[in-house]
Amino acid sequence: MNKNTNSLLSLENITVSFEGFLALNDLNLSLKKGELRAVIGPNGAGKTTFLDVITGKVKPAKGDVFFKGKSLIGRKEHKIARLGVGRKFQSPRVFENLTVKENLEISVATPKSPLNLINKKIKNDQLDEIEHLMKVINLSKKIDSKAGALSHGQKQWLEIAMLLGQKPDLMLVDEPVAGLTDEETDLTADLLKSLSGENTVVVIDHDMEFIRRLDSNVSVLNQGTVLCEGTMDSIQNDKKVIDVYLGRPEE
Amino acid sequence: MEFKNLKLSKKTTFVIWVLIIAFIIAAPSILPVFRLNLLGRYLSLAIVALGVDLIWGFTGLLSLGQGIFFALGGYCAAMYLQITSSSEFPNNIPEFFGLYGVDNLPFFWEPFRSPIFSLFAIWVIPALVAGILGFLVFRNRIKGVYFSILTQAALLVFFNFFNGQQKLINGTNGLKTDVTQLFGQMVGSESIQRMFFWFTALLVIAAWFFSKWVVKGRFGNILIGIRDDEPRVRFTGYNPVLFKTIIFSIAGGLAGISGALYTVQSGIVSPQFMTVPFSIEMVIWVAVGGRGTLLGAILGAVLINYAKSLVSEALPASWMFIQGGLFILVVTALPEGVLGWVQGEGPRNLLQRLGLKRKIETYPSLEIKNQTGGLKNE
Repeated sequence: MNKNTNSLLSLENITVSFEGFLALNDLNLSLKKGELRAVIGPNGAGKTTFLDVITGKVKPAKGDVFFKGKSLIGRKEHKIARLGVGRKFQSPRVFENLTVKENLEISVATPKSPLNLINKKIKNDQLDEIEHLMKVINLSKKIDSKAGALSHGQKQWLEIAMLLGQKPDLMLVDEPVAGLTDEETDLTADLLKSLSGENTVVVIDHDMEFIRRLDSNVSVLNQGTVLCEGTMDSIQNDKKVIDVYLGRPEE
Repeated sequence: MEFKNLKLSKKTTFVIWVLIIAFIIAAPSILPVFRLNLLGRYLSLAIVALGVDLIWGFTGLLSLGQGIFFALGGYCAAMYLQITSSSEFPNNIPEFFGLYGVDNLPFFWEPFRSPIFSLFAIWVIPALVAGILGFLVFRNRIKGVYFSILTQAALLVFFNFFNGQQKLINGTNGLKTDVTQLFGQMVGSESIQRMFFWFTALLVIAAWFFSKWVVKGRFGNILIGIRDDEPRVRFTGYNPVLFKTIIFSIAGGLAGISGALYTVQSGIVSPQFMTVPFSIEMVIWVAVGGRGTLLGAILGAVLINYAKSLVSEALPASWMFIQGGLFILVVTALPEGVLGWVQGEGPRNLLQRLGLKRKIETYPSLEIKNQTGGLKNE
């Protein structure tokens, strides 16, 4: 049972072992509804594994994940997605052979059953939703071009729009600004910030400037466990964090 | 393997269809009976090829076992014809049972006395077998090469089983249909064969429309999504197992219809329908015609088989080399098949190489796509 009813998501004592290597080691983390949380950590700290556990891709050896009071362990990926967990991948994963519109149609469609998709036309409110999303990501002019023909940044944004289209209660965003220009990075930060409050968002990234701009609580992962949590300022002055991750300023 | 999505332009599709339909209408009057019968058989193979295109070209499932479902459909049709034409034989059961001293009809033959049951069985039984087999495989997340190997193994199992069941289905000899009766006439007679030709032509067109309906719209987009990035489909909230099972089952049903039509036009069904090379040939037809185009599957099946019979008549030993060469050519030079090449930049590149056409300044795809994209937006 989940004791902490206040939280939307809580990971309790999660341990993931890959043939003896502990990718996550007794990890505890909880998120309140509407929170924006950044997760940082050096390479191999278990950031992506942490998302894999929540989305059902990896089964932990120990521990439990609660989402809206329900345990996610043992549920299939698509069931977890339908419960309201959306994920954006590290490198943009859009369906390159489909058009921008078709990509969004896939993400907004409900119910996600074969029968519904094969014999029913897309609903009008879903078309409106797509139009709205196109405006958010500024791709209205590209609606009928193949997603594979978009630039890297546009693909990143299309995937964020697909995530939004799923209307998830929890958004897991893995390195959304990798390979983006500074300007695009700032816009993405603002977009994610505007989403929190209504949505609960977890952002994983390396880019310190970007994380700072998010202006959110930060969890630092190291060697599969949470090293510390707090605001960006307190993190940056934390001795442990400086040792493992940020590095000492050269004097 | 790189997949590109090919949408044939309306004009090309229209022109090809006008040619096909004109040819089908003209065929009975211009072709001798023997050639017409061959054409009818090859048209029926186009239906199994459509199924292969659905599962391979669109969904990325390379099945090397479509012969199973093809043969099942053929056996269903042949069992109906044999059982309803067996009144003059001892015990009122098909003649071959006498060879093995079988006096009582095996129970599973009984329902095939009904024409309605048989008409359904032809596609429902292969679709069910495909659905069950597919579900078990897909549920365990067996993909790619492992899926192909598994389907081929299943094919061998079915082949060996059917080969050994003399007392049930005449084993390796198969079931003959040309001397059975339908509507009071011999199935092998010219008038019935002509009727089957028309029927096959109609069903090819119907199967094409059906396949088109399946892949257009969001269902088809999910299939393409599964082909290109299955985990992504899963994380979007879809269950790929269901989609793959459905499309594999549809392809099985199409294979069954194809097998039944092929059986009644070639006069026999036997375990030879479940040999390994035949199922691989089905894949070659689609690869040569053009994956993911549907029309390419039809053209590939009909033209390659017609070429096969023409070449085999002239130079009996050379067909295997030509077929192998064709496959190598397609894999290396035309990865999207003939239709894909025609529809893409193939002809222009060829003309440029021959110096017959001026090169354009930028990438043609950029110029063309931007123009059409712009028009659509307005």
